[in-house]
Amino acid sequence: MSAASPAARHDAIVIGAGIVGAACAHALAHEGMRVLVLDARYPAGGSTAAGMGHLVVMDDSPEQLALTTLSTTLWRALAAELPPAVEYEPCGTIWVAADEEQLDAVAAKHRLYAQRGIASDVLDARALARLEPNLRSGLAGGLLVPGDGVLYQPRMTLWLLERARDAGAEIRSGRRVDRITEHAVHCGGEVLRAEVIVNAAGAEAPALTPELPIVPRKGHLAITDRYPGFVRHQLVELGYLASAHTMTTESVAFNVQPRATQQVLVGSSRELVGWDASTNRRVLAKMLARATEFMPALASLSVIRTWTGFRPATPDKLPLIGAWPATPGLWIAAGHEGLGITTSLGTARLLADLVVGRTPPIDPRAFAPTRALDTAEAH
Amino acid sequence: MTDDVRSTVSFVVDGEPHRAAVGSSVAAALLNAGIWRVRQAVDGAPRAPLCGMGVCYECRVTIDGVAHQRACLVPVAEGMNVRTIGGSGE
Amino acid sequence: MTAALELLDADLAVVGAGPAGIAAAACAAESGARAVVVDESPRVGGQIWRPRLGHPPRGTARRWIERLERSGAVVRIGASVIDAYRDDRGAFVLRVEEQGMPVALRASQLLLATGARERFLPFPGWTLPGVVGIGGAQALLKAGMDVRGKRVVIAGSGPLLLPVAASLRGAGAQVAFVAEQASPRRVVSFALGLWRRPAALVDAVRYRAGFAGAPYRTGWWVREARGEGVVREVVLTDGRHSRVVPCDLLCTGYGLVPNLELARLLGCAIEGGVVGVDEAQRTSVAGVWCAGEPTGIGGVDLALLEGQVAGLCAAGRPDEARRLFPPRARLRRMAASMERTFALRDELRALATPQTIVCRCEDVPMGAFDAAWSPRQAKLYTRAGMGPCQGRVCGPALAHLYGWPADVVRAPIEPARLSGLHRSPEGSDANAGSGESPAAPLAKGPHFG
Repeated sequence: MSAASPAARHDAIVIGAGIVGAACAHALAHEGMRVLVLDARYPAGGSTAAGMGHLVVMDDSPEQLALTTLSTTLWRALAAELPPAVEYEPCGTIWVAADEEQLDAVAAKHRLYAQRGIASDVLDARALARLEPNLRSGLAGGLLVPGDGVLYQPRMTLWLLERARDAGAEIRSGRRVDRITEHAVHCGGEVLRAEVIVNAAGAEAPALTPELPIVPRKGHLAITDRYPGFVRHQLVELGYLASAHTMTTESVAFNVQPRATQQVLVGSSRELVGWDASTNRRVLAKMLARATEFMPALASLSVIRTWTGFRPATPDKLPLIGAWPATPGLWIAAGHEGLGITTSLGTARLLADLVVGRTPPIDPRAFAPTRALDTAEAH
Repeated sequence: MTDDVRSTVSFVVDGEPHRAAVGSSVAAALLNAGIWRVRQAVDGAPRAPLCGMGVCYECRVTIDGVAHQRACLVPVAEGMNVRTIGGSGE
Repeated sequence: MTAALELLDADLAVVGAGPAGIAAAACAAESGARAVVVDESPRVGGQIWRPRLGHPPRGTARRWIERLERSGAVVRIGASVIDAYRDDRGAFVLRVEEQGMPVALRASQLLLATGARERFLPFPGWTLPGVVGIGGAQALLKAGMDVRGKRVVIAGSGPLLLPVAASLRGAGAQVAFVAEQASPRRVVSFALGLWRRPAALVDAVRYRAGFAGAPYRTGWWVREARGEGVVREVVLTDGRHSRVVPCDLLCTGYGLVPNLELARLLGCAIEGGVVGVDEAQRTSVAGVWCAGEPTGIGGVDLALLEGQVAGLCAAGRPDEARRLFPPRARLRRMAASMERTFALRDELRALATPQTIVCRCEDVPMGAFDAAWSPRQAKLYTRAGMGPCQGRVCGPALAHLYGWPADVVRAPIEPARLSGLHRSPEGSDANAGSGESPAAPLAKGPHFG
């Protein structure tokens, strides 16, 4: 690795002040590096702001399970430090099983989590109804994962940047990076140099590193007025077992959260429509109808806002974390789809370990940003 | 089109019976009953109608079990059950 | 399975049953158009024409309300518009929540007569119960609020102060003080201007007569409201002196701001903070008309003319509309002079302390904001504007204090029952016909936010 110019004022430049960039800046600053964060607009203004703010263990793949487990452990360790404005709520997640077949999946999930040391409780129909009385009757049960939580991610992002600043980091908003070259970023005629450049620009990361296999994946969310006690855990349907669906189809799923504000956040949907941020009323309606199938009482709640956002999606549903050898000095931390809030801390841990040459707590190879290219070459 | 203010309806606020002129808004009826703590703010402070015309949502109450109704837009009705504090529909 | 969603068809859908909407609907219906008017209030007339409870409408209001009734236009009250869009065939669809039930209204043309709301500026104590809008007090009075024997202070700005003082006094209140923030010089020159418009002068004389004895001061404003649980006294100032006035009701407000949410949702061009219209009251969106306050705060007479012009033009009678152009032009000039008269003084920007609540839905204090932010940053970082009023109160205040424009508008433009958003206007659930059982999977992989 060639050294940057001795005149460089920074050791690391992080591009993107979403929650992933903020967590990376925080981790690198705490490694003693002089960090500069650049954002084309302002902190937490992109995918971060549009998300649900959940901290959740997910097991779509062993790698995803490893990263989300590491991340939720890091979140719980950080929880005591978080101020009220971050709205951290250790509400846990309940994976809702609609029928006996899904209850089998609950049992399998429970065994898997037990192997990995992740606490979970199998709920029968009665226990589920007792914990969440507003779910419809007739559901088979579920799996409670008590270590999961939710938070208000714009304020969480600001908190990470603030702690990074305490450790010497500098944050500049309204600075759009035009180009990344060897140990340098080009920004409105200015060339900023650093040993480490991190592309953490989320769904916009391919604008700077065009080979990255990231596409914007649009989703809708809706939030209600305040209804204390209406829902107590994050609720997610387990109904993904039976049906295959590709990245190109539009889909909805039941996912409801209790917020610290006592509001109910209702999701979620997925569409591949490029950067069209407009409300798709048909998809929004479908998403809300899906939610009321599981929670009929939602129908009478007052919805005060809806919005859309873009998740940075990758083909294998895993983020891109690690070096980008084609450009010396460049590292990638992007492509977190709908799990960026959860996995921001794990991503930052991996990235910081790789940058300073430590062995990360989980195997980083599955997250190597070049994996898609390697696969393509193998064909 | 004329309303007869002499005719009244009875309604209940937080368990207490009250009377109001037919056609009054729930908001006006609450204020006339001396109830100025119509809503509780996030910080616990009392709030009462501000705009009177459905804009500010400060007069939100639970009416017949439905939470977050704008009291200024709903005419009071015979037997109506109004709850003022908190936001739940319980 | 849920019941079918009621679907109404019309040639012209009018949103708002105030003077502009009533005039437009009546003119269009008289011309043979199927006109439907929706308004979220329980009674027609809008804020100005709606009569006080127990009193019949009088004068012009009565003539137009009766004319609307005769015209054959359909009136739906208690109906809030929550969404508007074009369907596949190019017709406009208004999604309406009527007494909690979703209704759809389909029309080839839309007329926006959504009126205005008051501009509030935060000052210490303004969240106390008993602090109400100036128009707010009028609205509550009309809806049955009993003000007999109440001590009232009115402090704010604009032509509403005196008429509201008069009507509160007429209803038995003791009006202790009326403070107009505009300078005496400006208000006097405006009052002189009224000579050129006799009807307005008659109004002014009537108000002043109804209001003898209470001090009306120009160049005074409210600095603070005090009380425990309810307002008990207010501190008024002219910048050099201050006075503490005991009261049971403080009416405050700094002029009106147009209700633009529906126009913005539909994509109508906004010019200088109002909906841009041509001489026929056409907006930039084909098939969408606009009349009254959303095209510029101008008062009831102008709204009435604009409503007639829009209704006649929408119904294909532009020649009849044309004779209304000259009086409309005169009233628009007068509205501009009113805006200059009641320009807000700089001192009003400095009233809020860091602890003063600005966003009343989410309890966001003044000290939470950073002037260097973009408006969306302010919303994201503080929650200001994220509550049920959707920024209708703090939005104009923040626009005045920091120059921040309103955020993007999305459905629902009023808080709405979730059940009203998950059904299609064709009368079925959005996903009906899929044949799937309720828990049938629609997706592989759970979705996250």
